Formats: sequence, structure tokens, C-alpha cells
Amino acid sequence: MSALQLFIVQRLTALIMAPLVLAHLAVMAYAIHGGLSVAEILGRTQGSWLWFGFYGLFVVAASSHAAIGLRAVLTEWVGFRGRLGGRLRDLGCAVFGLALFGLGARAVWAVTLANTATAGVGL
Amino acid sequence: MSGRLARSHPLWFAHILHRASGLGLALFLPLHFWVLARLLTDTKQVDGFLKLTDIWAFKFAEFGLVFLLAVHLFGGLRLMALELLPWSSPQKTWAAAALVGSGLVAIVFLVRAL
Amino acid sequence: MERQVPGKEFLSVTVQRGQPGEAVRMQTFQVPAQDNQSVLDVVSWIQQNANPSLTYRFACRVGMCGSCAMMVNDVPRWTCRTHVSKVAKAGVIAIAPLRNLPLIKDLVADLDPFFDKWTDAEAHHHPTRDRDQPIAAVDPDSRERRQANAGIECINCAVCYAACDTVAGNPDFLGPAALQRAWTLYNDTKNADKNAVLDAVTGQGGCHTCHSLGSCTNLCPNELDPTAAIAGLKRASARRFFGRD
Repeated sequence: MSALQLFIVQRLTALIMAPLVLAHLAVMAYAIHGGLSVAEILGRTQGSWLWFGFYGLFVVAASSHAAIGLRAVLTEWVGFRGRLGGRLRDLGCAVFGLALFGLGARAVWAVTLANTATAGVGL
Repeated sequence: MSGRLARSHPLWFAHILHRASGLGLALFLPLHFWVLARLLTDTKQVDGFLKLTDIWAFKFAEFGLVFLLAVHLFGGLRLMALELLPWSSPQKTWAAAALVGSGLVAIVFLVRAL
Repeated sequence: MERQVPGKEFLSVTVQRGQPGEAVRMQTFQVPAQDNQSVLDVVSWIQQNANPSLTYRFACRVGMCGSCAMMVNDVPRWTCRTHVSKVAKAGVIAIAPLRNLPLIKDLVADLDPFFDKWTDAEAHHHPTRDRDQPIAAVDPDSRERRQANAGIECINCAVCYAACDTVAGNPDFLGPAALQRAWTLYNDTKNADKNAVLDAVTGQGGCHTCHSLGSCTNLCPNELDPTAAIAGLKRASARRFFGRD
């Protein structure tokens, strides 16, 4: 990807995540303030395609955003530049982004749809 | 020379805060995801998960995550407002506002979590 | 180190000495303090009265040529327009060559990379007309002209380049001055090839490398705002990316 494309993706994912982060923080605040137990929270998220979409989008955006951010840090603070350094950096960041996506997808699955087949809980 | 003193201004601090919180999130998120998935997919461990949320260290770690998220969010909004909207000057006000905003959010969460 | 005259105030001035291939060292001189003196006056006093081999660069002495910038107490400044009283801490000043640039000798940094990037940023005129055509009229109140005017007083002193931590971290970064020049040209209605300018500043080390740290704007002796200029290039490149230009 070109520098411009990376810039655009970084800004777009940031714009996508801004409301998601606020909503996530609000949900957490509500849960803590309302004294909801983890079981109660899971009762609302599990089986919900809405929450799956919400956190699924969040994970996709966060993993690409983190990988691109890490790329800048590796370039400037660790000195991964030039032909070989640049390739190593880009490969490393791609692996990191995919790993973060994988872990995030697993978590989203666990929080939302994992038990749908057996439990059959609705929205 | 290092240019150390050339950095003592609000925008530079806002930048370093944004980068540090971003790095923190990048390192912390895998752990957050892993713990969530591991504890929830194994139904026998859900009870363990419930107990875990009462542990002080776990609360503190999650508070840290929320704090980093708030700092990074407000810092990022500041950056995009700065870059994508044609401001002419007082960028420093934005940097300060971002700091204050994230601090407030973090304090609110700390107070509620305790 | 130098002779002390009783009853007279002295500044303790440390200057960086040495050139590539030898160990860089710091040398301290006692320089007579005056009520009014610039950092350049202090450097000149050392060269004229204490150590003739001290190498430094200056030309106009009045903040017009941009050749005397150095690191003064760790901050890049025009030495000619920096009053000693503004920077001396308890009579102590440390002077070194500009950061982020190769050393030539003592207080002189090699500005070649700085000017090479100026060229890399396509910061030269692409004419719309030839000499036989009448001069194009430019509306001084137009938005483009006002944006071009904002950065036009740059005199290439490289203070912003030395102040930039992103240049320090990534030597490929074009830097504030070159990008601001590109933004000025981009907004110049007499410049025929806007896309060539935008192409030159959107590659590796281009405007998207900047993280808006703002040290350039903070320290520009002409009070220009390269951070805003670079943001302008980011917006222009994003608009073009989405086909809105």
C-alpha cells in the first residue's frame, strides 16, 4: 500500500472507531454504574447479530489501525527503513494486524454468537 | 545536540501521549481479547471470570485500558480536527482540551469502578 | 579558559568543535557580556578574539538570508536575531550546529539534504505561460492566494528542519520547509502542474509522514505555520484520492 492509502485507511478507521469507542465506553460505564454482572452483560450480547456487527467492525478497524500505527513507530523509533528494513517492518506489521484480528474475532465470537446454536437466544 | 528543549510545547506532548497510548493499546488489546475469548468459550470458566472481575489487579488493568482508549480517542480527534479541518491557529487549545477531556473521562471511570 | 578582566561580566559559552572523522568536542570560552548582543555576536567574538579557527556561517546579520541558524541551548534559532538575554541561563550558552543535518565543521551543518528535499518536493515553478504572453492576473484576495501568501516568506534557514522530531526519526521525511513550499506552489494559480506537486509529496517520506508535532510552527523565526501547510497537503491529497479535485 502507498503512503497515501495507509494515511486514508488510518483516518477512515479512526473515524469509524470514534463513535464505537464512545459507545463501548458508555456501555462499560452503564454496566459498572448499573451494577450489571458479567452474566447479565453476556445475556444481552450473546446471540445478538447487532453486537456481533458492532464489535466485529470494531475489531476489523482496530487491527488495521494498530498495524498502521505500529508501522510508523517501527520506522521512526526502531529504524526499520530502506529496502530490507522496510520489508521486514511491513511484513511484521501485517502479521501483527492479522494476529490481532484473529484474537479479536475469537473474542467477538465468544461474546456474541458462540452459544447461539445451542442456546438460541434472540436479540 | 538532541533538540530536547525544542520539544517543550503542548503539541509535542500531545503527540507523545497519543503515541504512548497507541502503543499501550496495541500491546494490551491482544491480552484483552485473549482473556475474553478464553474465559467465555469455556463455560466452566465463566464463574472464574466473574471472580476475576473482582480482583483488584484485573480492575486496574481494565481501568488502564479504558484510560488509554480515552486518551487515544481524544488525542486522535484532536489530530483529525487539526489536520482535516483548515484551522489557522490556536492548536494548543485543542491539545490542552484533549488532555483535560481524557483526564476527566478517566477520572469518572475510576470513581465509578471503585 | 580565556583571560578574566576584574569587574567585567562574562558569559560562559560552550561551542561544539570538530569535523567528520574526528571526535566532536565541546570547548568553553569566557566572552565579555554586553547589554545588547546577539548569539551571532558572541560566536563572532570567539572567532575574532579567542580562537580564529572556529568555523561558522553567516551573511546578512539581520534575519534575511537564513544562513546563521544553529542550535542554541538545544533549540534551533537564527543566531543573528537571538538576543543573548533571551537564551542565556545564568550566563551560560551552549552552541552547536543544526540538528538533523550532516556536520561540515564546528558550527557549520551541511544543508545539502535540506535543499535536495526542497527539489524532491517538486518545489519549483511549472509555468502556465511563456515570456511572450501577458502576465497572468492574480487576485490577491482569492483563497488560493491567501494560502500561498501564508508560507511565502520562508528563507530556507532550516530551523524547522532541525526542530522536527519526525525528520530525526525518519531521514526520508521531506521536512516542514520543503512541504510548505510545495503547498505554496500548489496554491499558486500561475503554477501549471498541481498534480506533479501533489505526486511528489504523497510518496514515501511525503506529507503523510508528518504527525503534526508542531515544533516547526513553534520555532519558525518568521512565524510561519508549516504544520498547517502540511495539513493542507494532506487534505488536498485526500480530496484527490476520493476524486473530489
